[in-house]
Amino acid sequence: MTAILEAQSISMTVGGATLVDGIDLRIAAGEMVAIVGPNGAGKSTLLRMLSGDLRPTRGQIRLKQRNIDAYPPRFLARHRAMLSQHVNVTFPFTVEEIVHMGAGDSGRAAAQRLVDAALGEVDLAHFSHRQLPTLSGGEQQRAHFARVLVQLTCGEEQHGPGLLLLDEPTSSLDMRHQIDLVETAKRRAQNGTAVIAVLHDLNLAMRFADRIVLLHRGRLAVDGGRTDAITAETIRRIFEVDVTIDYTEQGVPFLLPQTMRPAGAPTA
Amino acid sequence: MTALTEAGAKRRSGYAFRPPASLTLICLIAALAGAALVALTMGAAGIPLARLPAALGLWADASASSTLARDQLVLWSIRIPRIGAAAMVGALLAASGAIMQGLFRNPLADPALVGVSSGGALAAAAAIVFTDSQIGQNLRFMQHQLLPIAAFAGSLATTIILYSIASRSGRTSIAIFLLAGIAIAAIANAGIGLLVFIADDRQLRDITFWLLGSLSGATWPKLATLAPVLGLAAIACLSIARGLDVLVLGEAEAFHSGVDVERLKRISIVLVSAMTGVAVSVCGVVGFVGIVVPHLLRLLIGPGHRLLLPASMLLGAVLLVGADTLARTIVAPAEMPIGILTAAIGAPFFLGMLLRQRGLVSL
Repeated sequence: MTAILEAQSISMTVGGATLVDGIDLRIAAGEMVAIVGPNGAGKSTLLRMLSGDLRPTRGQIRLKQRNIDAYPPRFLARHRAMLSQHVNVTFPFTVEEIVHMGAGDSGRAAAQRLVDAALGEVDLAHFSHRQLPTLSGGEQQRAHFARVLVQLTCGEEQHGPGLLLLDEPTSSLDMRHQIDLVETAKRRAQNGTAVIAVLHDLNLAMRFADRIVLLHRGRLAVDGGRTDAITAETIRRIFEVDVTIDYTEQGVPFLLPQTMRPAGAPTA
Repeated sequence: MTALTEAGAKRRSGYAFRPPASLTLICLIAALAGAALVALTMGAAGIPLARLPAALGLWADASASSTLARDQLVLWSIRIPRIGAAAMVGALLAASGAIMQGLFRNPLADPALVGVSSGGALAAAAAIVFTDSQIGQNLRFMQHQLLPIAAFAGSLATTIILYSIASRSGRTSIAIFLLAGIAIAAIANAGIGLLVFIADDRQLRDITFWLLGSLSGATWPKLATLAPVLGLAAIACLSIARGLDVLVLGEAEAFHSGVDVERLKRISIVLVSAMTGVAVSVCGVVGFVGIVVPHLLRLLIGPGHRLLLPASMLLGAVLLVGADTLARTIVAPAEMPIGILTAAIGAPFFLGMLLRQRGLVSL
């Protein structure tokens, strides 16, 4: 498989503090990678570097064999789409107008088809003429996801498989829409997109990701398949929580937190 | 901020109805034509509608009389340039307000409110005092060209200072933005006060004109300054409209969506400064047009800049032509400074906006 994105020992130092320290990451077309880790592990910083928004203080990032700095913003947007954690819209744009922004300068009719499809995918077709600021946080998040999907599709129609970056896309969603969103991302991956998602929910990560990247204090602690990356031992070491890991009948691992380590609970 | 927009917007239905763009523009053009027609007939020397076509030279009047000659003089050397200036200044002020609001992602931004106009007026006043002084008298002959340039430079400097104070790593604090604007306006006004203090009588008269804002100085040469700026600004507005739309998502998201954010910000800042500066150089500080017009239009046609910017230009023109007509007639034969009029109408409007969006101030 060809690598869509390759990061070579990238670091980010801000005012003497090293937020991300020498991370190597490679993601191929059709792969879905979950980035997990405790608060402050550097997940969002890493994702912003991979998006081209932050320039690493050391190391380099290549998107489709080209240095990511070499892409002007307009071209970069056709090869990678990114959903940020907090997007705050102050003017009364409608949901449809917001989702349309993903289409960039593509033709009106073609864009409308993509917008309608994306609104259907995030289950917001009935809200398309509502003003975005009047929606709940979760509904707004889904609208922005639809916008990012439109951008991704627009780019992929011209340039082949692209990169989709999601920064805690499920943070304000209810359970059903969390699963819907991650499944949608997974479908995109199965169609060739390279997907990288920062996820907090380890169960969601283990259920859907092909690979799990575990960050700890700015370093890459584990990078592996979903069954071997997450073990009770790793979780105890990095998250300082005791967990039980079990498997569904289909062999999908799931994880149940027990209690804080100092309480001396029985280990799994 | 989220809390405020949510609370404010939920009170309304939340469903947006957008009239077709062509209809909006046609209505606004009709309104502008109507306002101009009324403005032509009214004033210290009234010209009834029936005498208007002849005076405009639309058809030859057989009974060429002294009334006709007087009408023609009033129309061509005073009233038409003045209406033209009012329309263009209104268009510039309203559109620069809309751009500034898009740039700061804040519906309360207005070049006059946050000191950009004052910065321009300070530079213009300094140019007057300088060209009238011993040292600068060689430049006196080009005072007409110097004023817009000085006002532009003053507005540009103010906008850049304001932007660098209020924005930090892509986030703009609304409270700091408004407070910094107040402080900058105070500094600029102190500078103008100082110039007034040291000015002689003739300079004083010229400077007072900026303090109050008036279109009585509108002449054909000033129209020749306004028209190309307005034309260029209109073209530039269309080129940044999509970028301003996407910028509403925030700087990082706009970048992710393919907008060259730094370039967009530079163009917007230069554009706002040029439009405000030139408007200030023609008629002094006229406030609140830039805040009232885009706000009304967002309620009617939505916040998309592709339509909002041209519509703001048209409605700003309508508003200022109307306000100037009122200013010319309300205390005739004297004239009320138009800045007083727009402030008297605009400030309560601004307070009303604040009341609806009270949460904004706690930010």
